[in-house]
Amino acid sequence: MEFYFSALLLGLAFCSMGFGIYISLRIFNIPDITTDGSYTLGAAVTAVLLTKGISLPIILLITIISGAAAGAATGMIHTRLRIQPLLAGILVMTSLYSVNLSIMGRSNIPLITTAHFENIFSFLLQDNLQWLGVFLIFMIVLLAFLSWLLKTDFGVAMRATGNSEMMVRALGVNTQNMKVIGLAIANALTAVSGFLVCQFQQFTDINMGIGIVIFGLGSVMMGEAFFSVLKSQSIVVRLLSVVLGCIVFRMIIALTLSLGVNPTWLKLVTAVIVLIVVGIPNLKKTS
Amino acid sequence: MMLSVDHVTKFFNRNTPSEVHALDDVSLSLQEKEFVVIIGSNGSGKTTLLNLIAGNYFSDAGKISIDGNDVTAKPDYQRSKWIARIFQDPLSGTAPDLTLLDNFRLASLRTKRKGFRIGITKKFRTEVQDRISVLNLGLENKLDTLVGKLSGGQRQAITLLMASFDRPKILLLDEPTAALDPRSSEIVIRLADQLIRDNELTAILVTHNLRYAAEYGSRLIMMSKGKIFREYSSAEKKSIAVGDLQQLFL
Repeated sequence: MEFYFSALLLGLAFCSMGFGIYISLRIFNIPDITTDGSYTLGAAVTAVLLTKGISLPIILLITIISGAAAGAATGMIHTRLRIQPLLAGILVMTSLYSVNLSIMGRSNIPLITTAHFENIFSFLLQDNLQWLGVFLIFMIVLLAFLSWLLKTDFGVAMRATGNSEMMVRALGVNTQNMKVIGLAIANALTAVSGFLVCQFQQFTDINMGIGIVIFGLGSVMMGEAFFSVLKSQSIVVRLLSVVLGCIVFRMIIALTLSLGVNPTWLKLVTAVIVLIVVGIPNLKKTS
Repeated sequence: MMLSVDHVTKFFNRNTPSEVHALDDVSLSLQEKEFVVIIGSNGSGKTTLLNLIAGNYFSDAGKISIDGNDVTAKPDYQRSKWIARIFQDPLSGTAPDLTLLDNFRLASLRTKRKGFRIGITKKFRTEVQDRISVLNLGLENKLDTLVGKLSGGQRQAITLLMASFDRPKILLLDEPTAALDPRSSEIVIRLADQLIRDNELTAILVTHNLRYAAEYGSRLIMMSKGKIFREYSSAEKKSIAVGDLQQLFL
């Protein structure tokens, strides 16, 4: 049971990244590989600052800024140098590996002895329940913020940018800047997941971000599959579907591991799950 | 002068074997409230001229000014202050995955900042409802429908309404009926003409439909090989017939 509860917690911690992927993938039609790097970047920045004893709100702020900078870099390469977004993402992700390593100074930073969220909430709740509280608060605040943002005039322009670029430019929006801002927001959200997860698992590892983008893409698509039955246009519902996708995906992975599958096969299992989610609707169409 | 295009030249793929001289020293000026129709065969430079005026790309030589402002170096999203556009492809003028209301909200902000404010209020909804009901297409109860679910004709009519929503100075129509069936074409061209008159817009219509060219607009221009080949003043245009125009293409 403990095992599945941990999966639920991780799923909630990854919601922030899920929202980020929703923005890059569903609003801008960009599968943003930068995610792998900016997730680790968030965790690296958090780990280093935690060991230096900096307070959590400041760490969170710096995490958000660093993630946004990574996303903006991908956005600038894509829009200013007219390089395909996929390649732009790969370039930034690869560079971030070195950046992250130099931030961390070594490939792994344990966080068992440092202060983190768990200690702050210890007066309130016990053990894992504290994490449940922390992750729920983060998820709800982000969900509320994003559903507000996407409903504003700026948000409408943002949603239209990935949808009908010609029209949006003709209506006076600098779509290049819009993409840079969108990718910055997406990667800032991803970095926040790094911030949360490294504290939960009590370490940051240079390789923790490898393949994480696939998990994010899969979560967003899986969530949509669940919610497609509702046929709702509502932004809150779409964001909630991302939350559900993140949790269910983590549960499936936990289930796989509990069936005795060797953790070596974890990335393959993840990729296959995403393949199934993406592929099955297309199979139905062709037959 | 509302719009002045001054000795504009445009090359594509310049200095390569596939170089195209799309516009060759073209000058054109429109007074306020003038409605110019441009015809010409494929590759004559009509759409290039329209895209240069809209700022999709920049000219290699010459000057473009709108209402006294030199806009030659301004990109499209900065010229939207004056210009509203209708595209040939009904899909280009609207955002298919956004609702009708979202589309209209953006259109209402064509000249304004898209700020951090929720602009889709009850009041805005009723305003859009009132405007849409003029179309008589039954769309006033479909404000929360995704625009992608509408037909090409409906979408083009919506685009026209969106274009006039924020009172542009200049309306550019690039073969707005080319992708539509005859009945929808008729609805859309009449709506365009009506909106141009009602809002006293300065407009340019590029079309392959010679009947529309003869029927609508106050001036007519025929383009060929990147130049203005013939021009009919409003007095001359009144006596022109579709057959006369057909002769020009032979």
